[in-house]
Amino acid sequence: MLTLENLVLAQDDFRLTANFAVPTGARVAVIGPSGAGKSTLLAAIAGFFTPASGRILWNGQDLAPLAPGARPLSILFQDQNLFPHLTVGQNLGLGLNPSLRLSAADRAAIATAIARTGLDGLADRRPGQLSGGQHSRVALARALLRARPLLLLDEPFAALGPALKAEMLALVAKIAAEANTTVLMVSHDPADARAFAPLAILVAEGQALAPRPTAELLDNPPPPLARYLGH
Amino acid sequence: MRPFLMLAGFLCATATAFVAEAQDKPVLTVLTYDSFISEWGPGPVIEEVFERDCGCDLRFVGAGDGAALLARLLLEGARTEVDVVLGLDTSLTAQAAATGLFAPHGLPPAPDLPVAYDDPLFTPYDWGWFAFVYDATRLAAPPADFVALGASDVTILIEDPRSSTPGLGLLLWVKAAYGERASEVWAGLADNIVTVTPGWSEAYGMFLEGEADMVLSYSTSPAYHVIAEGDVTKEAAPFAEGHYLQIEVAGRLAGSDQPALADRFMAFLHSPAVQGTIPETNWMYPATTSPAGLPLAFDWLILPVKSLLMSPDEAQAARGPALAEWRAALAR
Amino acid sequence: MAARLAALAVLALVLGTLGAVAWRAGGLGALQAADIGAARFTVVQALVSATLSALLAVPVARALHRRRFPGRAALISLMGAPFILPAVVAVMGLLAVFGRAGMLNDGLAILGLPRVSIYGAQGVVLAHVFFNLPLATRLLLQGWQAIPSERFRLAAALGFTPAATLRHLEGPMLRATLPGAWLAIFLVCLTSFAVALTLGGGPAATTIELAIYQAFRFDFDLARAASLGLLQVALCVAALAATARIALPQGFGAGLDRRTVLAPPVGRALRAQDAAAIAAAAVFLIVPMAAVLARGLPALAGLPGPVWLAAGRSLAVALAATALTLALALPLALAAARQRRFEWAGTLPLVASPLVLGTGLFLLLYPFAAPATLALPVTVAVNAALALPFALRTLLPATRRLDADYSRLAASLGLFGFARLRLLTLPRLARPLGFAAGLSAALSMGDLGVIALFADPAQATLPLQLYALMGAYRMADAAAAASLLMALSFGLFWLFDRIGNHANA
Repeated sequence: MLTLENLVLAQDDFRLTANFAVPTGARVAVIGPSGAGKSTLLAAIAGFFTPASGRILWNGQDLAPLAPGARPLSILFQDQNLFPHLTVGQNLGLGLNPSLRLSAADRAAIATAIARTGLDGLADRRPGQLSGGQHSRVALARALLRARPLLLLDEPFAALGPALKAEMLALVAKIAAEANTTVLMVSHDPADARAFAPLAILVAEGQALAPRPTAELLDNPPPPLARYLGH
Repeated sequence: MRPFLMLAGFLCATATAFVAEAQDKPVLTVLTYDSFISEWGPGPVIEEVFERDCGCDLRFVGAGDGAALLARLLLEGARTEVDVVLGLDTSLTAQAAATGLFAPHGLPPAPDLPVAYDDPLFTPYDWGWFAFVYDATRLAAPPADFVALGASDVTILIEDPRSSTPGLGLLLWVKAAYGERASEVWAGLADNIVTVTPGWSEAYGMFLEGEADMVLSYSTSPAYHVIAEGDVTKEAAPFAEGHYLQIEVAGRLAGSDQPALADRFMAFLHSPAVQGTIPETNWMYPATTSPAGLPLAFDWLILPVKSLLMSPDEAQAARGPALAEWRAALAR
Repeated sequence: MAARLAALAVLALVLGTLGAVAWRAGGLGALQAADIGAARFTVVQALVSATLSALLAVPVARALHRRRFPGRAALISLMGAPFILPAVVAVMGLLAVFGRAGMLNDGLAILGLPRVSIYGAQGVVLAHVFFNLPLATRLLLQGWQAIPSERFRLAAALGFTPAATLRHLEGPMLRATLPGAWLAIFLVCLTSFAVALTLGGGPAATTIELAIYQAFRFDFDLARAASLGLLQVALCVAALAATARIALPQGFGAGLDRRTVLAPPVGRALRAQDAAAIAAAAVFLIVPMAAVLARGLPALAGLPGPVWLAAGRSLAVALAATALTLALALPLALAAARQRRFEWAGTLPLVASPLVLGTGLFLLLYPFAAPATLALPVTVAVNAALALPFALRTLLPATRRLDADYSRLAASLGLFGFARLRLLTLPRLARPLGFAAGLSAALSMGDLGVIALFADPAQATLPLQLYALMGAYRMADAAAAASLLMALSFGLFWLFDRIGNHANA
């Protein structure tokens, strides 16, 4: 279970509070107007943004002392998810061992992840030679290999077409379901949120609200969300 | 990691090389200017001959040029391991004597100087006249004195008196010859000076490249070209005012831990072995002409009508004001 | 941690030596009226030299970036050459072209035109531009290459005019790169000594460094030397502070290392402009160097043995100094991407007067060991320190980008320590690292080191032998040694630069 305990994020005149828990295995959309702090919330959970006060806990353990890489989570950014000078295989290997000293078992795991994400035959390519969809798949395959219980998606599929995006979300849902992974996904698309995330967190007007059923939230949006959705 | 290892290895290798050099023989340390001990200077010959029967290890330490010697000695102070300093000239000896680091040498005056020179602390080993050197194929009629030079459109290269001993020599030359009128003479020379170089090497190199008609050097410079290159086109211009002398001296340090060896080396400087090698390695006149005489090419050199030289104390006192005059006259 | 150690080592060397001189002198001494004049001349010539070098480098770097022609790679490599030449060699080359008996004046004479004189302030600036224009060009070219090709593709897709490209892509890059390049050159020119003196024409062209030289050597006024050294450091800090406000970190984001072939802008005028910029720079830089080679090469085979030994010694010193430079520069550059104070620390050696540095080290080490026994280690250390600012300047834009683009990803993957160095830092920085290594090696090769204070005649380096030859009237041998020095310096530079370029291909 992910717990945000009296969390306050602040920088200059930006301020966001959160005080709720996300049940283990939940798939949660993070929605709200631009600039409300959705990405900042994920950055704080991932360890890139130090909270002004409050705590972030995973199964009761405070994450504050843990470096980003040591936290029980994987994060996919909007871009820069891959190192351009390393091959697909090496980029994946980093998920298992950051010094790339890979055992036979690691190699087998990489091969499996490649197969499961539909990247067959691309292991020796470099990111510059891949399409946008393939980029996402590599990043996802690496998250799969890292096998952390929490997955944060900071709009990694925003650049993909609708069909491709739906396909990627389905892949995420499948992988998450198998390992009972908790997923937090920033989204700008209500349809994505409905399709992928049974729960949703609304981030607006300086607050991140506790997860509610996505359909309910979108059908009866509070005023700021309504304005954002254009209702 | 590899660079660190490489560096460590390199440093270790250097260190062990020095340890291995340590010997039981007494060491005589002689501080001198670089060109004296370069492959082409008198140093290597002197070292070989002296070590032949001194039972010692003669070590030369180079310190740039003559002016740097004194600075080096002042930096090291009384703790210095130097036994003998070789290469000061008379414009620096007053300052050197004032350090109190030098001991009397007890040697008789050198016989073959154009002026009387007898300093209890410093013994001369060679000398030369400063002179403007020119290429006779390019400049048919060189000016006969500083005033004529200033009035002509002959171009000259000089060294900076703040960074070179020949430069300082020229400053004292003009001062010794013209006294109160030195400033006037410099003003006349201002438009003849192509540029002022940091040291003799730069000026002489530029002269050989044709950057100017004349260069401040020594009256002995043409001998190098004759002897080493068979080139007879370089000549020194005799100036009617007379030529300023540079007398190069050696001194023994009072605190030397090898006083006997140091004395022996000071006396050795006047031996034919050293004096005979001076003309064709240091390109200066020997202070004690060896029995073999001077190389033939030295016979063709100019002989100034008059030798100018300030006493060490005069030179020391004149330097500051003369420098200010020089700077004011040339700062266009 | 490593960065802090490196910064401390640099601070200790630069300020410690200054402190040692002041301590020995028993305090700072009063400056003379002439020193103030020297300071004024120093700053003015450095301002003009740096500004001209930096501005002239813009069209050259841009032309080199957007045009492809045979010999382009060689020309870019050659760009490193003048900067690394020992002053005396460079001056000889310049005089062969611009001197009173040089090619230019010979040409003018044939055309019946009046001669021009290189001596005076114009000569000082000319020489400084000769030294530093190539450095500025290389630094700017790196800036251009650092703009991801995706951005140029975008610009092309949007039909950007060259003016629009300049404004939206190149402008921000120049704003980030140019002040740094300008600053580096300004600081180099600030401590110029031999060039200013040889070509300056007279005492009006007195720099602070010459005043320090005089204070040390003729007056033995350590107190005044320390004051002048401090004045020089103060000028540097002022220049750093001034540029710190202009220079902004780059924010281009990362590209994907795609190798897209850029369509160079078309149009006759632009082509002519680029061609002219490249041709002018090439002639200006290459002819003087060719003149040095032409004079020296014929006598090369006849060089005496000690010169070759000295060349070997210089090579060893250069390699060791390069290793040390990189060991200092890389942690500093990585740390400086986040904290400006590391950049300041790494830039400090630029203004340290080599004379103060040498004398201070001498005072510090003299009680412990005979200076001559430390000749080579000290030369290595000082050469490394003096090359550090250039290595840092070369690495910094790349480490800033590395930090902006990949630090989050690396942190999220737990990529730290040696693995991060091996898998991320070194591959992403291979190109600037190669250039920095080449620069350091060549600078060390050509540098006189800590001057004569530590010199050991039995261990003379090639530049010292070059001076020894000149001091012994052997100008032809000296010319040969100069061309050997130039060839070796350039060879090292080319080799490292090439390794860097190929490592990340």
